Amino acid sequence: MFWRMLWRAAILRRGRAASALLAMVVAAAVTTALLNLYVDVQAKLQHEFRNYGANIVLVAKDGASLPSDTISRVDSLLAGRGIAAPFGMIVARTSSGQPIVVAGTDFNRVRQLDKWWSVSNWPSAPQQALIGLRAQSTVGPANQAFDLKFQGRILRLSPAGTVQTGAAEDSRIYISLADFVAWTNVQPSTVEVAANGNPNEVAGILNELTRAIPAADVRPVRQIMEGEARVLGKTRATLLAASVLIILTAALCVLSTLMGWVYDRRRDFATMKALGASTRLLNGFFAAEAAALGAVGALIGFVIGIGIAAWIGRVNFHAAVTPRFDVLPVVLAGSITVTLLSAILPISRLRRVQPAVILRGE
Amino acid sequence: MFARLVYESFRRQKRRKFLAGAAITLGVTVATAMIGVATDIGDKINRELRTIGANLVITPQEDSLDVEIGGVNLKPPSDGAFLNEADLPRIKDIFWRNNVTGFSPMLPVTVTLQHEGKQPDVTLLGTYFARHVPLSGEDFVTGVRSTHLWWKVAGTWPQDEEKDSSQEVLVGQRLAQKAGLKQGDEISVSRKQFRVTGILSTGGAEDDEIVAPLSVAQEILNRPGAVRRIYVSALTKPEDAFARRDPKSMSGAVLERWSCTPYPQSIAYQLAAAIPHSHVEQIRQVSQNEGAVLTRIEGLIFLITIAALLAAALAVSAAMATAIFERRAEVGLMKALGAGKIAVASVFFAEATLLALIGGIAGFAAGSLLARQIGQSIFNSQISIQPVLLPVILGIAVIVTFAGSAAAIRRAIDLDPVFALRGGL
Repeated sequence: MFWRMLWRAAILRRGRAASALLAMVVAAAVTTALLNLYVDVQAKLQHEFRNYGANIVLVAKDGASLPSDTISRVDSLLAGRGIAAPFGMIVARTSSGQPIVVAGTDFNRVRQLDKWWSVSNWPSAPQQALIGLRAQSTVGPANQAFDLKFQGRILRLSPAGTVQTGAAEDSRIYISLADFVAWTNVQPSTVEVAANGNPNEVAGILNELTRAIPAADVRPVRQIMEGEARVLGKTRATLLAASVLIILTAALCVLSTLMGWVYDRRRDFATMKALGASTRLLNGFFAAEAAALGAVGALIGFVIGIGIAAWIGRVNFHAAVTPRFDVLPVVLAGSITVTLLSAILPISRLRRVQPAVILRGE
Repeated sequence: MFARLVYESFRRQKRRKFLAGAAITLGVTVATAMIGVATDIGDKINRELRTIGANLVITPQEDSLDVEIGGVNLKPPSDGAFLNEADLPRIKDIFWRNNVTGFSPMLPVTVTLQHEGKQPDVTLLGTYFARHVPLSGEDFVTGVRSTHLWWKVAGTWPQDEEKDSSQEVLVGQRLAQKAGLKQGDEISVSRKQFRVTGILSTGGAEDDEIVAPLSVAQEILNRPGAVRRIYVSALTKPEDAFARRDPKSMSGAVLERWSCTPYPQSIAYQLAAAIPHSHVEQIRQVSQNEGAVLTRIEGLIFLITIAALLAAALAVSAAMATAIFERRAEVGLMKALGAGKIAVASVFFAEATLLALIGGIAGFAAGSLLARQIGQSIFNSQISIQPVLLPVILGIAVIVTFAGSAAAIRRAIDLDPVFALRGGL
């Protein structure tokens, strides 16, 4: 009897039930999408911030060189949690005696680490150099091979392309690490590391590096880390404020629709009461109805919300937003609470009224 | 008669009108606040991104090549060209002057630090800390305290106003550790006495340097008014294909459009024109990446705002539908008395418009307050809603209220008066 009443109520008043369900579905979908995004936006933005390059720098203590196995040790310690690039630097002289900074590095790593470098053509063969835009005129006419001298040893280089960054790189010449070490006998003195993850994970990597490589001073790049923390914090706070506003609006929408629905059925309520239904049964009936509506709405809304979050992830971040199923209990509990609340409020008002008054139509 | 119908409806059904009005107010509040946040978020995040540092650098055009390793420039300090300190106020005189949030001139010199018998050679960096720059009309304070926000000082920042030739300096934390210096110590640099007001920590090359007011460095170098480079922090628009075009190849109208967009390139172009013999470069690490971050965050908030507008519209429609559904009997009565469909509908639409206008104005006011509150608590700066938005918001409120009521009004009108009056379906 109880179940049949529930079922018939949903069938007979299709229009009103459908609009209440629709409100519930929209509210649950929006809530799911926002909660998903709120959890995921940090990872997505951290990914964007890794384009700023290194957030940790290893510098050999007292101007010495790092041991030659440093980069492989850093790599094995990072184990995919980031990327590192070694840099060795010396001051060489051009054929006209001008001092110039020559840096040896691993071009494949630099390409991934320093994505903002504007490079016309990356060197691919040995003895090829990448020339800073401002250093170009110092080394001689464009596209011609030139000599560099360091401690009496001469290296002949052919220019592969130019690099422009707007910073110190513009006045340097970059060559491959193999060429650099063979020519100067100097090992890299700096390793730049872009470590992935949230501030705690980065701090963890920083500590591990400090312990693993005692020959180096391990420093965080404060301007990058602080900027990242600030922007992430503010974005998340804005998102939270927006989510609270939207979820509140959606919940109120559900509340008003459902209250109208229940209030509309005061005749059913009165008829049941007149036929001798106990208050407990009536409360149970309306509560069960509301809870069922809330649960169904939450489930449908959850699926749609996951879809919306995934779509926003694709459109805005060009990456998938992983569905968070731990959001489901929250959405479910919230939906049922709101629907129960919107059923109980009108019922408690109707309970005090005589069935005859309602049935008479007043 | 018509006006009286509407008036009496408001007078007699205060509770229902209040509920519907409250829903509209709430919806408009959320919509206004979110639109306010969305239109301002780019500017706010742009300012936060300035934490990462200046995005433009001005250097002398005919400068000799820097020989810089690990932040130490091996080029002789007197070598190469300089910029003129007197030209600095021109930075705030360009077309995009309001987008320039700050600038810091830099002049590094090599000095001998004398302290407790040791005499290491160190770099002394002359700069502005928080200096009043004379501008026509406004008072502009700039320096590393606004452009290099990640610099942290244990102690106090030195005074660097023009009037008192300052004797106060900061010492980088690694240098302080090596030389055994602490806050309040007296040091002697190039036969002059200075007081250390604080220990500076930057995580960069400055940790090994002495940082002093610009005039101190100029005096040591014996070149009054000299500046080696200027870092400029500017709010910019993410660059696109149009931004990357060469201004020299543009015709008049295109060039104007290009200069009237705050791309890093166009601000650099104007700065180079404003400062004589200068070369302006965008610091690509900062300027390239902030475009990407900014686009992502703006896009996210934009999509969220659409979600908010949808939720608000839905809430308003739901409330209106409920309010009209409850008044079927009234419709039945009007129809029974001979009112036509159009007459009945116009009464309801007039009521809806009135409700939308009242709720819209109240919601606009509440939403502006809410946006301001959000701006204040998250960004420590105001988000102001343009009054121009009011008619737009009101228009949207009326349309949404109409749309929400339309279906319910139609259903009510189509109902046979007999059924409506009997109270059944």
